Amino acid sequence: MPSVCFYFQVHQPFRLKHYTVFDNSSSYFDEFKNASICRKVADKCYLPANRLLLDLIRRFEGRFKISYSITGVLLEQLNKYCPEVMSTFDALARTGCVEFLAETYYHSLSFLYSHDEFANQVAKHVEQIEYLFGTKPRVFRNTELIYNNDLAKKIESMGIFDGIITEGADHILGDRSCNFVYSPPECEKVKLLLKNYALSDDIAFRFSNQGWQEYPLFANKFAGWINKFNGNGQVINLFMDYETFGEHQWQDTGIFEFLNHLPEEVLKHEDNNFKTPSEVLEAYEPVGTVDVPHVISWADEERDLSAWLGNAMQSNALHEVYRLEELIREAKDERLTADWRRLQTSDHFYYMCTKYFNDGDVHKYFSPYDSPYDSYINYMNVLSNLKERLAEPKPGTTAVATV
Amino acid sequence: MKVFMLGWEFPPFISGGLGTACYGLTKAMNDLGIEVTFALPKVVDPSHSTHVKMLSPGTVIKNTVMRTTSEEVEDELKNVKIKTIQSLLEPYGSVEEYQHRYEDILRNKRMELGGIEFTEEMLVEGKNANGPDYAGDMYSEIHRYAACAVKLAVREDFDVIHAHDWMTYPAGMAVASITGKPLVVHVHSTEFDRSGEHVNQRIYDIERKGMHSADKIIAVSHLTRNTVITRYGILGEKVEVVHNGVDRSVAAKIETSRASIKSEEKIVLFLGRITMQKGPEYFLQAAKKVLSVIDNVKFVMAGSGDMMHRTIEMAAELGIGNKVLFTGFLRGDDVRKVYEMADLYVMPSVSEPFGIAPLEALNHDVPVLISKQSGVSEVLTHALKVDFWDVQEMANKIIAVLRYHPLQMTLREHGNFEVRKFKWEDAAAKCISIYGDMLLRAQPAY
Repeated sequence: MPSVCFYFQVHQPFRLKHYTVFDNSSSYFDEFKNASICRKVADKCYLPANRLLLDLIRRFEGRFKISYSITGVLLEQLNKYCPEVMSTFDALARTGCVEFLAETYYHSLSFLYSHDEFANQVAKHVEQIEYLFGTKPRVFRNTELIYNNDLAKKIESMGIFDGIITEGADHILGDRSCNFVYSPPECEKVKLLLKNYALSDDIAFRFSNQGWQEYPLFANKFAGWINKFNGNGQVINLFMDYETFGEHQWQDTGIFEFLNHLPEEVLKHEDNNFKTPSEVLEAYEPVGTVDVPHVISWADEERDLSAWLGNAMQSNALHEVYRLEELIREAKDERLTADWRRLQTSDHFYYMCTKYFNDGDVHKYFSPYDSPYDSYINYMNVLSNLKERLAEPKPGTTAVATV
Repeated sequence: MKVFMLGWEFPPFISGGLGTACYGLTKAMNDLGIEVTFALPKVVDPSHSTHVKMLSPGTVIKNTVMRTTSEEVEDELKNVKIKTIQSLLEPYGSVEEYQHRYEDILRNKRMELGGIEFTEEMLVEGKNANGPDYAGDMYSEIHRYAACAVKLAVREDFDVIHAHDWMTYPAGMAVASITGKPLVVHVHSTEFDRSGEHVNQRIYDIERKGMHSADKIIAVSHLTRNTVITRYGILGEKVEVVHNGVDRSVAAKIETSRASIKSEEKIVLFLGRITMQKGPEYFLQAAKKVLSVIDNVKFVMAGSGDMMHRTIEMAAELGIGNKVLFTGFLRGDDVRKVYEMADLYVMPSVSEPFGIAPLEALNHDVPVLISKQSGVSEVLTHALKVDFWDVQEMANKIIAVLRYHPLQMTLREHGNFEVRKFKWEDAAAKCISIYGDMLLRAQPAY
């Protein structure tokens, strides 16, 4: 002990076209932009990082292990725009040292609005992962690590999962450590893996920050921090966006070099090892119960929902899109359903966040819009067109009367 | 620190951003303990008949209206001395308008004197030692104004001269050369903003000369700073940016019955001078597009200007005459009322060095849509922004605000909060630090 558990979140949304109230097209997504971003991120991150990790797994002959959660919306895009990335993920899957996790196919906030829709999207993702990588996911992570007791119950009731990944937020742990396995209250089977946000963020956010007192961060120094938990921790959960490697932290920051040397430095201490989330759950018993009555997430300082639900525009847009659920189900139209579900991807609501807009921070970096207001206007225009399509009588169901 | 300020317009006679800026800046300097001597071209009274009286030979000059105003202002501003200089100069005045005003005065006076033929000289020049002797064209008037300013300045004690916009640059230069004090020129707009590419060469030359003679230039935005550098050939190191502020106290009173006077009909507001620079035709074109989608909306154009008639005609030509209301120039309480009615304020300016009006709208709890070609767009984040020529996008955004209440609400809440950071104190403090740097460098090196 301790085990190091890596999980990388891999996701890109279907970004919307510029869509005004005067537009009337039923194609909402910006093919060109999505393709070029996908290719850019593939070149900077997915391809070099996959190659490096594949190499490390081979080099350490089964002692280095990782896990991924790849969203359905990204899988669709990779398939279309960068199939070569798909084959490298496939190669990783075949090493047996990589676990794939389940989430909502559309990277949506559906758990907060409709449990039916949530279950459908999880099932769709599980099916897709099994189809692509040959194994059924056994660990679940919700969009943006959004979590509370109800989610645990819902996941338990689905019967196919052993565990859930979420944020090791201070306020749910109190003075307890995130480096242990916990249980949710009133659950028999599912256990919790909590993100060690301090060590995760050292890599994901602070790695290239020259004002940080630990800068520059080398693999041996980081491994030393992990060694400190020897004897008082089961698992160090390092959870982060995959784009950390090469996209958020550019190649010239030395992030790939860091990753390249990390397994060797960690494994220098003979008590250390790498485990996938499922292996961690098998290896360790929960040390206690963590009660999370209120929703948490991994976002911002607040670790709450305010990045997606912090203002009136966001709550209005979310409310409006989920209000269509019944109509969509009744319409039984595949394209309409797919469009509606792609509109649920959490990124659309993140772009509408006004929280840190003044400071031009990460929210702005990730947004394709000039302002949160522009993103709301665009979204609502698209949604309004989708509503019109829903209201149109289906071809074939009308025309009868004229005979 | 003492400042000799060559400015414009004090309340209640404020016709636009220039006067608002001069007053806001001076008031804030006063509060920061800076002594200001404020040279003010005598505000032309709204009714020309008053002028005729003042001009009549033998009549004692009485300018009661002006007296009380400046006294009131002086009472409020302990460190400010206001010195009025009788002049027909007005901010935003064109050469033609000056000519009109001047001829009006002559005509009225002839009528008053019962049709007796007098020569022009007999009417206006030298008849009364204390009387005004306006020059016959604006350019000469600007130089006459400069001479008056010099007369005034030699009796005053100050460290720095600060001149606002081109009409006072010659006065600033004259005072600087007589007194040897450093000169700051404050660029609130340039000839390129006012006239597009059809610049008036004489005005451009005056601006250019003023900027080159100045020891330091203050631009109201980075946008304007760029114009100063690229169009007037000024070195970047000489040009500082000081963004304008907005006076919060004006808005504090109005937070009462906002919703009560709302009707079903939405109101989109244009408030500003109706001139080429302000883009009224883009407003109308966007209005036309908005009306093709929603009907229960009126477009209110508050203001006057040389494109007013053309704009009224254009509304009719577009077939939306019944949906566009022209209020003429509004002041005081009427401005407050029109803001209270408005659902959205639109500033479609073709070229706006800064644009205080959107900040005032936010102060009155009205969300704003501003052109990207404005200085204020550099500093305001909680506003909708659009290229002035993109009327389709302008209409798209107007419709969204009228249709989606959460958008209007979020813009208003965040905007009203954000606008509090635009303080005249900060602008004044920045000017004062610029004076300080300048004086430091002006000291002889030993």
